[in-house]
Amino acid sequence: MSVAHPLAPDARLVTARDVAWLAASMIIVIAPHAQRAPWWLMLLTLGLYAWRGLLTLNAAALPSRWLLLAIAAIAMLGVRAEYGLLLGRAQGIVMLVLFSGLKLLEMRTHRDATVGVFLCYFLLITNFLYSQSIPIAILMCVAIGVVTTTLVGFNAPGRGWRRDLRSAGLLLAHAVPAALLLFVLFPRVQGPLWGLPQDANAGVSGLSDSMTPGAMARLALSDAVAFRAEFAGEPPPQPLRYWRGPVLWDYDGRTWRMGETALADFVVPKGGSDVYEYSVVLEPHDRKWLFALETVSRLPPRARFTDDGQVLARRDVRRRLRYEISSVSDPEPVAGETRALLERARRLPEGTNPRASALARAWRAESADDAQLLARAISYLQNNRYTYTLEPPLMGKDSVDEFLFSAKAGFCEHFASAFVFLMRAAGVPARVVTGYQGGDLNPIDRIITVRQSDAHAWAEVYLPRRGWIRVDPTAAAIPGRVASGLARALPQDVGLPLMMRPQFQWLRALRYRWEVLAHKWNVWVLDYNPDRQRDLMAYFGMRDADWRKLTATLFTLLGGFTVLLLVWSLRKLGRQDPVQRAWLAFCRKLDDHGVRRAPHEGPRDFAERAAQRLPRAAEPIRAIAQRYIALRYGAPEDAREIGALRQAVRRLRLA
Amino acid sequence: MTVLRTLIDRPRIARWFYGYTPPEHGEIVLSHRRVYIVPTRLGWMFGATVGLLLLGSINYALSLGFAMTFLLAGMGLAGMVHTARNLARLAISLGRVEPVFCGEAAQFRLYLDARSGFDRPAILLRQLASGAQLVTDVPADGVAEAVLAVPAAQRGWLDLGRVMLETRYPLGLFRAWSYIEPECRALAYPRPEYAVLPAPSADPRAAAGRAQAQGNEDFSGLRNYQRSDSPRHVAWKAAARGGALLTKQFAGEASAELWLDWAQLPADLPLEARLSRLTGWVLAAEQAGLRYGLRLPGAEIAPDGGDAHRSACLKTLALYPVAPN
Repeated sequence: MSVAHPLAPDARLVTARDVAWLAASMIIVIAPHAQRAPWWLMLLTLGLYAWRGLLTLNAAALPSRWLLLAIAAIAMLGVRAEYGLLLGRAQGIVMLVLFSGLKLLEMRTHRDATVGVFLCYFLLITNFLYSQSIPIAILMCVAIGVVTTTLVGFNAPGRGWRRDLRSAGLLLAHAVPAALLLFVLFPRVQGPLWGLPQDANAGVSGLSDSMTPGAMARLALSDAVAFRAEFAGEPPPQPLRYWRGPVLWDYDGRTWRMGETALADFVVPKGGSDVYEYSVVLEPHDRKWLFALETVSRLPPRARFTDDGQVLARRDVRRRLRYEISSVSDPEPVAGETRALLERARRLPEGTNPRASALARAWRAESADDAQLLARAISYLQNNRYTYTLEPPLMGKDSVDEFLFSAKAGFCEHFASAFVFLMRAAGVPARVVTGYQGGDLNPIDRIITVRQSDAHAWAEVYLPRRGWIRVDPTAAAIPGRVASGLARALPQDVGLPLMMRPQFQWLRALRYRWEVLAHKWNVWVLDYNPDRQRDLMAYFGMRDADWRKLTATLFTLLGGFTVLLLVWSLRKLGRQDPVQRAWLAFCRKLDDHGVRRAPHEGPRDFAERAAQRLPRAAEPIRAIAQRYIALRYGAPEDAREIGALRQAVRRLRLA
Repeated sequence: MTVLRTLIDRPRIARWFYGYTPPEHGEIVLSHRRVYIVPTRLGWMFGATVGLLLLGSINYALSLGFAMTFLLAGMGLAGMVHTARNLARLAISLGRVEPVFCGEAAQFRLYLDARSGFDRPAILLRQLASGAQLVTDVPADGVAEAVLAVPAAQRGWLDLGRVMLETRYPLGLFRAWSYIEPECRALAYPRPEYAVLPAPSADPRAAAGRAQAQGNEDFSGLRNYQRSDSPRHVAWKAAARGGALLTKQFAGEASAELWLDWAQLPADLPLEARLSRLTGWVLAAEQAGLRYGLRLPGAEIAPDGGDAHRSACLKTLALYPVAPN
């Protein structure tokens, strides 16, 4: 016997309503891709949706498979032309976007439509590859609601969309506890499983292992967050917040480079006035540097340390990384540096910047020791009216000379570069240090947000008995830069990000609140990784949470939740009144002993017949019937009477 | 196998095994133990999709990818509960079934009582023996009437038998179903063969009335309506004036007695054809407003007229050779 199954998805044809809902779902999930995908592909996809809409409105036949295949092939050629390669993550995603249009055009039955819904779920999650911000998360929550409503609509034909929406909402609400359990307890593994493609972190900005004139100024225009730091106690004041990053040794007359660095054993600094304990949430920057305040007194676990004091991660930081670290201010000086490094810190290219070299030699002649020379250099910068600008004039071959003597305007990199040049020319070991200075202390959650615009370059000079000491030539020349931040140090706001301009105070206040939220989001939602999972489980008292323990707990709780949900769902269902329930139980009991109530038989007749058939239980049978009749047809129900009836039925022994 | 079957059919064990003892009397409530549920093919596909999304989320360490994947997984789980809930504790009761003629479809009326604050959409009912099926929505706290049209292939009692209720609402990822076997049967009369009425028999018991068998043209008076009277003889005009129902009496009526006798049919006619012919006669005689009696081997119904008489005759024919009651 084969009868068409009216609930089978391939037996049900899609209706205009189904098409409209599915198209709306698709539009929502592909919308964020519009900012990345080629415009012609988005237009083509929307065109395909519109085409399907027209066909459905006019009840016209769908296009042939061959035509759709041809469209797909042409679009693939277009994608190849656009990206150069056909394979890749971005290409894959835009092709999926296009396939949503093609799927819509070949959709005939609810089976196809449901596959279209699955495609929507898939496309929805691809958005997170590009952004996991709160607004995108909210948009995707809306999307999941619309997509699910669409799916519910397929399975409840002829019902209003409001009811479908309510059903979908209820479903998702019931899904949330299970999702939370899974999110927290599902054993997390450190990815990637098959390797991230090369473009996984394309376009991240940050410091690099070299410094050319203009690089820092470009970075200063970026509003992107570099990292956030949360201090256990009071954070250091703004002028002391030097976040140390790459150290640059080698100079070729134009560019400073990091060169080779060697790993070194970490030595805990002695003494120090203030100890800062803090955690840093570092945005991915595709390099190994971990930024820390001077001077690091405790390394994060698994971090490495170099001989020039950089803190490095084991691998490039390709996803947001959280680490705990301690620093101490003003530790006891550590003198003693290898001869090779000191030699390297004095090296300069031959024959460049003659005027600066001459100035340095003059200082050398006039100074008793390196410390005195250093003081001279600093006062030189202080007294020569340098200006601070994001747009310094273009400089030629002898860039240090031009900056020091003619242009007299530059950004931190010019100051640092020129200063280190002067020191080396005078025979004092010096190096350029890049990193971040300052950071915005959020008054609400006391978290310091450091942006790319806080990027800074300064110098370190080696003095025989004091070791490496920090000198910030920018701060010497332009005191305001370090004391109150970049925005106030610059003569005008031109080119600065909107938020950084001082007159937008109210916007800043709003932004602080948003930052608090964003940070919590990053820490608690986006950075939930194997480490944090272990920590959280330890907090709940589960020691050494390995995948076995986690899975066992997960399944137990998930099972418990399902049972709860089932019980809750059935709680108010089909509830007959207790009197009727007790009576039916009574009838069932008698039925088991061969006395079946005929449909026409009233309780009294039935009980009488049963009593005669089962004389040993005649008394209780009659009593139960009496009680039932009294409750059913008599006075208002009384809980005690009902209880008595139930008990009597329970106690009835017939055999 | 037989041993198992016998064992299962013991009432107590049957209730444990099936969740009910067939046939079921009165109202049937689908307890959750009677509702079975398995994923559909789309359900498996959905599971595969979620697995794929999970792999992607792990590879790209997408926290929100995890969150959405787990939300979908949770939705699947909730969907399973909601699918089961769409059938669970649904109360089903049976309505009256009118007798039909063989070859027609018996209209089994099932009333689905939601007994829930939510509606229960897209419930399929299918009578397993014939495949008669329909999909119905049960409104929240309401009752839906579903009419299963089961073709009557042979005369006699037509049992509704086992009926499957199925639903895939709300996501189509799971299929929940349940069986009921209500005690409900329809009577199928033999397929009527329309034939010319036999001449009033030469039976001496009927001979007295033969001379006056003039038909029913001559109106002879009114008497009180009785339930067996043909509606065509009711004095509707009188009733419309607000009076009690009266039946018109005709001169010929009381006397035209016709015996529809098994013995009048050719001896070589097979049983079913015989019953069909007799059924056709009953219908024709009732149509003509005659008084007629039915005589079968082992059964005899005295001449009379009206719907109740007609039904009794047809029932006797339907259940021949078993006497009704």
